[in-house]
Amino acid sequence: MIMDLLPAIARGVGLTLYVTGASLAIGGVIGLVLVGAARSPFALVRAAATFYINVVRVIPPITWLFLIYFGLPQFALRLSTIQAAIIGFSIIASAFMAEIYRSGLLSIPDGQREAAHALGLSTVTTVGHIITPQAFRVALPAIATYGIGLLKDSALASTIGVREITYYAQQAAKQTHEGLLSFIVAGALYIVISLVVALISRRVDLRLRKKIGVA
Amino acid sequence: MDMITQWFDWMPNLVPGLLVSLQLTGLALLFGFPLGLLFAVMAASKPVPLQWVSFLFVEIGRGLPALVLLYLLYFSLPDAGITLTSLTTAIIALSWNTGAYASEYFRAGLAAVPLGQKEAALTSGLRGWTGFRLIILPQALRISTPPLAGLAVLVFQGSALAFVIAVPELMSKAFEIGSITFEYLSVYTLTAVIYGTLTLVFLGLIRVLEQRLGRHLQRT
Repeated sequence: MIMDLLPAIARGVGLTLYVTGASLAIGGVIGLVLVGAARSPFALVRAAATFYINVVRVIPPITWLFLIYFGLPQFALRLSTIQAAIIGFSIIASAFMAEIYRSGLLSIPDGQREAAHALGLSTVTTVGHIITPQAFRVALPAIATYGIGLLKDSALASTIGVREITYYAQQAAKQTHEGLLSFIVAGALYIVISLVVALISRRVDLRLRKKIGVA
Repeated sequence: MDMITQWFDWMPNLVPGLLVSLQLTGLALLFGFPLGLLFAVMAASKPVPLQWVSFLFVEIGRGLPALVLLYLLYFSLPDAGITLTSLTTAIIALSWNTGAYASEYFRAGLAAVPLGQKEAALTSGLRGWTGFRLIILPQALRISTPPLAGLAVLVFQGSALAFVIAVPELMSKAFEIGSITFEYLSVYTLTAVIYGTLTLVFLGLIRVLEQRLGRHLQRT
């Protein structure tokens, strides 16, 4: 039985990874803009960034998805299910990634910036070559953890009809009446993907630590 | 203005849904937190089988997406001859999920109590359960409270997932109104406002709670 279920449900792995990966990438870039805005010298820009981050975080992900998938077509903006899911999760990821970047930046001592300034490096060079590499190393484990969280959140995309793991598991459960087995297979797939992501991030983390020369 | 009057018309339909959401959240926390503490204590206990059971339940509860856990119980319990209402199923799934996450916070809290406290309790003749209950647990709970309160907010947001198994909570009511009126944008905006406002209120309460718990650390 499981031999029939596994390939049927594993068909969804591709879209699960696609939705998660695309949202993490887009959200990661928007998050950079947000964290920049949150440290801008203009109070209005700072307030706007903080407002955006808070609004995104206090609304449940499923409400975001429905708002985008069912709500936006009223403005004649028709989205495919995959587009709606990626837009929704990108918005959510951007707010969380901004928070992760912020805590990464906070961990860099002011002395680094001052030292770069004393050496006559420009602001762009300082941010690009001094601050970002260090902040990224600090933020990497948190990014990996959030990525795994987003992977699990991406199961919500099945509610608007994206054909990912949970969607196929639900179909299999209805067709074969093997509800328990179908969702055990789906759950196992999520856990395996999470483990792989965790292992990769640990290796990258170790390599970065070695490169910089701290234990 | 049009939207505002619409919102007022819908409120009588949405409020019962919100009450179900709050009930679901409350019960998931009521069962989930003690379950989490139990998992944490089991993980720290000596018998190896207990550690395994705790590991298994925590990893399933945390490793599976909450949605998959919900479907898993919803589709498999009837096959096992257990027929529950969808609300009860949602409460079980969310409690499990909450318990799994909470156990990590409890474990961190228990680990953060200095070993000297346990030794001092032993020296004072407070052994085993008594020492744990009177000396270790109160200190651990104080440490775990802020992250647990944060988790409670996430559980409230997670209660929206119960929509998929037709629990008549806020999200389902909103979907119902949407399907009748086709005003999806408006009704989901209202839903988002309700979730957002309540979450902000909870977060405010947590801040007050944190300040109160930290009072003994502040020198006056």
